[in-house]
Amino acid sequence: MNRDPDRQKIFTRRAAMLAGGKAVLLTALAGRLYYLQVVEADRYATLADENRINLRLLAPPRGRIIDRFGRPLAENQQNYRLQLVPEDVKGSEIQEVLDHVQKIVTLTEGDKRRIIREVRRNRAFVPVTLKENLSWSEVARIEINAPDLPGLMIDVGRSRRYPFGPEAAHVLGYVASVSENDLDDDPLLKLPGFRVGRAGIEKVHDLDLRGTGGSSEVEVNAFGRMIRELSRREGQPGAEVMLTLDMGLQKYIAERLGTESASVVVMDVRNGDVLAMVSNPSYDSNDFNRGLSTGEWQELVNNERAPLINKSIAGVYPPGSTFKMMVLLAALEKGVISPDHKIHCSGEYELGDAKFHCWKRHGHGFVDALEAVTESCDVYFYEIAKRTGIDRIAATARKFGLDLPTGIDLPGEQGGLIPTRDWKRATRDEPWHQGETVIAGIGQGFVLLTPLQMALMTARIANGGRAVTPHLTRAIGGVPADRRAPDAAPSLNIPPGHLELVMEAMNRVVNHPTGTARRSNTGIEDFPMAGKTGTVQVRRISKAEREQGVRKNEELPWKYRDHALFVGFAPVENPRYAVSVVVEHGGGGSTTAAPIAKDVLVEAYNRGSAGPGVAIAGAQPQPRKQDAATETAEKPAELATRSDGGT
Amino acid sequence: MRSGLSSPELTLGRKLISINWFLILLIGLVAGVGFAMLYSAADGNMQPWAERQMLRFGVAVAVMIVVATINIRIWLRYAYVLYFVALALLVAVEVAGYVGMGAQRWLSLGFVNIQPSELMKIFLVLALARYFNAGAIEDIGSITRLIVPIALIAAPTVLILRQPDLGTAIMVAMTGGAVLFLAGVRLWKFAVVGIGALAAAPIAWQFLHEYQKKRVLTFLNPETDPLGAGYHIIQSKIALGSGGLMGKGFMLGPQSHLHFLPEMQTDFIFTMLAEEFGLVGGLALIVLYALIVTYGIVIAIKSRNQFGRLVAGGITTTFFLYVFINIAMVTGLIPVVGVPLPLVSYGGTVMLTLMIGFGLVIGVGVHRDVPVGRRGEAEGL
Repeated sequence: MNRDPDRQKIFTRRAAMLAGGKAVLLTALAGRLYYLQVVEADRYATLADENRINLRLLAPPRGRIIDRFGRPLAENQQNYRLQLVPEDVKGSEIQEVLDHVQKIVTLTEGDKRRIIREVRRNRAFVPVTLKENLSWSEVARIEINAPDLPGLMIDVGRSRRYPFGPEAAHVLGYVASVSENDLDDDPLLKLPGFRVGRAGIEKVHDLDLRGTGGSSEVEVNAFGRMIRELSRREGQPGAEVMLTLDMGLQKYIAERLGTESASVVVMDVRNGDVLAMVSNPSYDSNDFNRGLSTGEWQELVNNERAPLINKSIAGVYPPGSTFKMMVLLAALEKGVISPDHKIHCSGEYELGDAKFHCWKRHGHGFVDALEAVTESCDVYFYEIAKRTGIDRIAATARKFGLDLPTGIDLPGEQGGLIPTRDWKRATRDEPWHQGETVIAGIGQGFVLLTPLQMALMTARIANGGRAVTPHLTRAIGGVPADRRAPDAAPSLNIPPGHLELVMEAMNRVVNHPTGTARRSNTGIEDFPMAGKTGTVQVRRISKAEREQGVRKNEELPWKYRDHALFVGFAPVENPRYAVSVVVEHGGGGSTTAAPIAKDVLVEAYNRGSAGPGVAIAGAQPQPRKQDAATETAEKPAELATRSDGGT
Repeated sequence: MRSGLSSPELTLGRKLISINWFLILLIGLVAGVGFAMLYSAADGNMQPWAERQMLRFGVAVAVMIVVATINIRIWLRYAYVLYFVALALLVAVEVAGYVGMGAQRWLSLGFVNIQPSELMKIFLVLALARYFNAGAIEDIGSITRLIVPIALIAAPTVLILRQPDLGTAIMVAMTGGAVLFLAGVRLWKFAVVGIGALAAAPIAWQFLHEYQKKRVLTFLNPETDPLGAGYHIIQSKIALGSGGLMGKGFMLGPQSHLHFLPEMQTDFIFTMLAEEFGLVGGLALIVLYALIVTYGIVIAIKSRNQFGRLVAGGITTTFFLYVFINIAMVTGLIPVVGVPLPLVSYGGTVMLTLMIGFGLVIGVGVHRDVPVGRRGEAEGL
């Protein structure tokens, strides 16, 4: 035989060695598995979750803005947008689909380029928006054609809507896409399509209106496609903001002003509630939300009547004769005149070489304080301003809050300018001239005020000299805005006799046969108006022109016409409303501004604009209730507040 | 010859009875695990993988049984012929093969595409077994007697490396080495070759393809390229680790089903199994493999002829190498070299190769008492 037994022995030994080696290696594999799947299991489980779980933010609905009677001023509406899911477009090119869509809704060339770019950039299952803000008829046409339009779908989003359009645009502001500067810790801001308040109340209360975002945990695959939702945490909807505004009055004013470039502010003199604030002309906040074309934007920017500017808080005007109350109060306080002290008006006032004119060419004759205000005699005020001095006038104006912005809850407020000697030295490095005091006596020269400051000044006179402050916010999320109780504002320490004199003078302006606004009395027995007219020259009248006869406003180009001003309050006894009216280049205070003020106050009276409004608690946003029992329990209360609001 | 006295020819019936059916049951079990995983990989569908794999397995089982019943002497007689046919096919691949998955591995025979490198794994074992079957035990000690077997191993290894297919080349070389080891080549010679190989490694590095170098480097530190070459192994480890002890459940493995795990129906199918069935499932499959390897070794040891012993021992080692390299690769122990998990991964050629191999192993068992002469003739006369 052969030596096979030897070979078998060797083979068996070698095979056993090999088997041992294999056993060691398989044990190593088992050990490796144990290490990965038991020892390191937690780490890898976390990594696996990071792989597959995406946290998605849910945008909360933005809080509504309502007026004091609960009327919605800014709300959210369903926004239908047309979307295309590229992967569902089978067998045809995107271009063909767009050509087809073009027959149903209009797409610009720019839209098409954007769409094709987005389709290329995103994964095929990511929807691309073709068009936003579809009209109902467009939605209907798309739905009818749906079978021929694979890959198209209509998505419902929320967009901001302002039911009153331009009528409260300057107060409400608008929302716009998030810009680089807005980015902070709030992850909501990074959501595509998220809007933040860009102006007005929308900007001031942006954080409250915004709410907090919810989140949704979704499982995604390796390509980022969503597979299913794992969990969901609802966010907190934005808080509802209630304003002090009476939208009915606001709307009336906007209509009353027509095409005038003007501002009207109505305040409750007792607590500073701003009941109306109209700046005309205006813009439509809805257009900003939709997105303006360059042309539309240029038109707004270049319009000489400045529709983008809230004239009520950002327009500064010489107050003209409406400033005379401040001058009179300063003079009385300094004691340079007594109320019945008479000063002669010849129609001219000379100071050194300079000659100052009264609006009444041949003068008022001898006038006392009451007559001077009633007939708006300029010479009387030249004289008492000279006697009082600019710094004392400024001190009084300061008490009425005219030297600084009022601090109203709107962005972009300007302060006016109350000049003093120090101010002139500091800013112009020039000494103060007495002639400048004289001209300040009739609210011209350096003196500048915003319409809101004029309204505030009037309110502080009308409420007996208490330092109310103007504001627009009544409540946020059902919580009343920090507000002093009515009649609790601190006193300005004006002697009551002086104020009574000024108020009586303002009464006479409207209700005395010689008053400059006598044609603008309200005709309502228990709601008479008091006030003061103002007419502000915006051009120099040359000596030559004065001799030939001053040109009438109607003969001048719009830009050179006088500003028409009126400040007033009503009723004369226990006043409730203060109003300021500024009509740019509107002509005379008595002919243009006073009638507007009268109409506005009568409207406020008829509407009860300063009335209590809706109970604030009723405006609180109800958290979404799952429990049916609580829901029904809640309803009667809700109904009660609604009926309350109607009164 | 012709119906020898000491060893009567086995009838077909007796052969069928003496087939190791328990081994076939184990093979069937492992293949069944494969069907289940392919069904899961397709999110609960028989298409596109599970059904085709089952059909292939059915055909392969038939081929295996036919191979097992063929007299082992016939395999010995044609061992060199088969080897050189496979070698010729490898050369043909070099000349006329087509490129798949970035390497030239496939040869189209019109009706079927074959991978000659897979066939070579079996036929190299046959050729080496025949060579050592002929030699006397004393001859093993002679260095000159080792020239032929080393040439037999080196020729296909070099050709496969050129395709390039590092994984298969390593397997072919290691299989050959295992046969040499089982044949009794002295251990110090292996030590010399091992040291030589280590010394030659820097030189071999120069000849590696860019992607092969990258795989090795990525293996050494997968986190350096988490989105590129390291992605596979990182995702595989995450899937394994998150599977934990008991797994995520059948068809519930997030890593696999959300497509974070690449090539889960082929090279990374073990990862998917371990994600869905956890450590318990992974170890169970390893135990099944270990049992199959054990049966192969037992069959080899029980064989009464050297040819049968070397064939069964060599092929069992090939099978073991598939298992080890694949699992070590997906668990991050060795670089990703593209070796499928035997009987489980989706793929036709590998399945057929393995089943022919098992046919030979079982055939060795069936014919364990058949006397085989040094040249393949019936012994004893």
